[in-house]
Amino acid sequence: MSKQNNNLPEHPMERLLRMDRIPHIWCSTCGIGTAVSCFISALEKFEYPMDKVAIVSGIGCTGRVAGYIKLDSFHSTHGRAIPFATGLKLANPELKVIVISGDGDLSAIGGNHLIHAARRNMDITVICVNNFIYAMTGGQSAPTTPLTANSSTAPYGNSDPPFNLPLLVGSCGATYVARWTALHIRRLTKSMHEALNKKGFSFIEVIAPCSTLYARRNRLGTGLDLMKFYHDNSEIKHGAPLEELDINFQQKIIVGKFIDKEKPTFVDNWNNWLSQKLGSKFVPYGVAKA
Amino acid sequence: MKADPKGVLTGEHYLDGDHACAEGALAAGCRFFAGYPITPSTEVAERYVSRIPMVGGIFIQMEDELASMAALVGAAWGGKKSMTVTSGPGFSLMMENIGLAAMMETPCVVVNVQRGGPSTGLPTMVGQQDMMQARWGSHGDYQIIALSPASPQEAFDYTIKCFNLAEKYRVPVLFMMDECVGHMTEKVVIPKPDEIEITPRRLTKLAPEKYLPYKTNGDLVPEMIVAGTGYKIHSTGLTHDERGYPVMSPGTQDQLVKRLCDKIKLNADDIIEIEEDQTEGAEVIVMAYGITSRVTLPAVFKARKKGIKVGYIKMITAWPFPEKRVRELAKKVKAFVMPEINLGQMVLEVERCAAGQAKTYHVPHAGGWVHDPEDIYQVIEEAVK
Ligand code: SF4
Repeated sequence: MSKQNNNLPEHPMERLLRMDRIPHIWCSTCGIGTAVSCFISALEKFEYPMDKVAIVSGIGCTGRVAGYIKLDSFHSTHGRAIPFATGLKLANPELKVIVISGDGDLSAIGGNHLIHAARRNMDITVICVNNFIYAMTGGQSAPTTPLTANSSTAPYGNSDPPFNLPLLVGSCGATYVARWTALHIRRLTKSMHEALNKKGFSFIEVIAPCSTLYARRNRLGTGLDLMKFYHDNSEIKHGAPLEELDINFQQKIIVGKFIDKEKPTFVDNWNNWLSQKLGSKFVPYGVAKA
Repeated sequence: MKADPKGVLTGEHYLDGDHACAEGALAAGCRFFAGYPITPSTEVAERYVSRIPMVGGIFIQMEDELASMAALVGAAWGGKKSMTVTSGPGFSLMMENIGLAAMMETPCVVVNVQRGGPSTGLPTMVGQQDMMQARWGSHGDYQIIALSPASPQEAFDYTIKCFNLAEKYRVPVLFMMDECVGHMTEKVVIPKPDEIEITPRRLTKLAPEKYLPYKTNGDLVPEMIVAGTGYKIHSTGLTHDERGYPVMSPGTQDQLVKRLCDKIKLNADDIIEIEEDQTEGAEVIVMAYGITSRVTLPAVFKARKKGIKVGYIKMITAWPFPEKRVRELAKKVKAFVMPEINLGQMVLEVERCAAGQAKTYHVPHAGGWVHDPEDIYQVIEEAVK
């Protein structure tokens, strides 16, 4: 790609992207780019000081998102974005901390952290870009790979049933759970904006094509074809029962907002309980001094 | 800078090493603790969480040690002095993110109250078998700082030093306690806050436009920021340049990894603390650390009574290893003797630094109990021959 041309108009998302790191590493028609644009649009509408917003990623193709967003951003270890974010948020409760990472990172190696952060109602937003595969390492099966889909470690098709991620995090106590495909631009952006404004553990699953590995290996056309397929074969069903959200290979995908509720966060619980038990001896945590 | 009085329990106490370590952390200004229970270290967490609500800080019991260590790194970037505590099996789980802390140059303190291993080993009984893991446990090349206390008082004092070194060198500091020191109860004197020296974080004063997160100013340690203060930095576990951006090339790797090692290696004199007794003119020097440095003393005294010129070195700092001093002494003494509760770990360093100029004797112990001083004495006798 050619160097930036000074005569070109400013990129509309320049304020929030590290333009000095463009071109990015993602393949053309990969769904991650679309998810990131939606996220940047949501951030632009988010009425919060951008200095106080931080991004944490794990490892993988989506794990690279942190590196392109012009905010305090941390590219942690494989699976550990959520505990890293937990530490960051607890140390500095004024921060809005968003984890953006992939399905393998968050639900396989990081699965334990995902369920515990949801259980604690840790006040972070998790955006999980689900491409049904480990892409960075060359297209191996993930805990999200639909049954029968082909991967480099399931060359005869996958026989290992996948997670239903909204059910997983919902049953662990997440306060906001939504799923969209990467082509539901407007709705995904709106959902991200809602999640950003939410107090507590919010989770958005973004169904996105991996053009290079998953689409090619399964002969599903280009990334764009697959993105369209996901979009056109989705059904919006807000509040759908979580048990009905399984994803089967190249079949209908139910999308929408499934959970949106209020609950005290980890720090709220710490403060409420300890002030009850300890009274004036207790020093409330993370509460702005009057 | 002096200690924040809120965390300092000034006075004379009767504490075990684990409790003293928690008090040291509070005195040092640690206001974030992420941990997972494991014997024989759990009392550090218990003490901390019983005190922190009144001091003003936060404790979180994580789902495992992988999470604890990752949370520690995040919390440090969020601006808190942070610590975790564990023992062998948990220490193994922490290794990957100790490497992340080293790579991101994140100040934090990891306490390992050592028990016998390998694997589940001897959960309630002493070992000193993680000393090499402390140095080499995470993959890749990096340098680390590790200290080892020999009493509850030292557990208090040197926990503070761990925090101070972590800030000064922007490195995870490992506090290698052992079950005996962790569980022995002795008098601990906690000084007044204005008598406790605290090293603050090396925060940059540069404006965000001028600041590069991994650019150094000659002293090998870059200045840090607190997330949320407008610097909009990027930090990654990938090989990175001064901007913190991933640059995966042999040149960048060479610059970065050498600096990560040099900032510790070239400051070894400042970091290392050892105690010496009668090393000048000695024929044999006994070196030990942790509980073994105390168990050794009866053997040293007995040998001296018998007319053997025995010098004694207690290593407070295990890593970086006091290489320079051992090399100097190796030219003058016949032999070094190192008892430790393992089958030969730090003694390999003694042997390396003695470099054939003095003999090196190990007094091994597989763990579960301390040495019989008589066993150490026997080796001193043999070494002097
Ligand atoms: S390998 Fe797949 S997931 Fe990764 S960037 Fe390319 S298309 Fe996207």
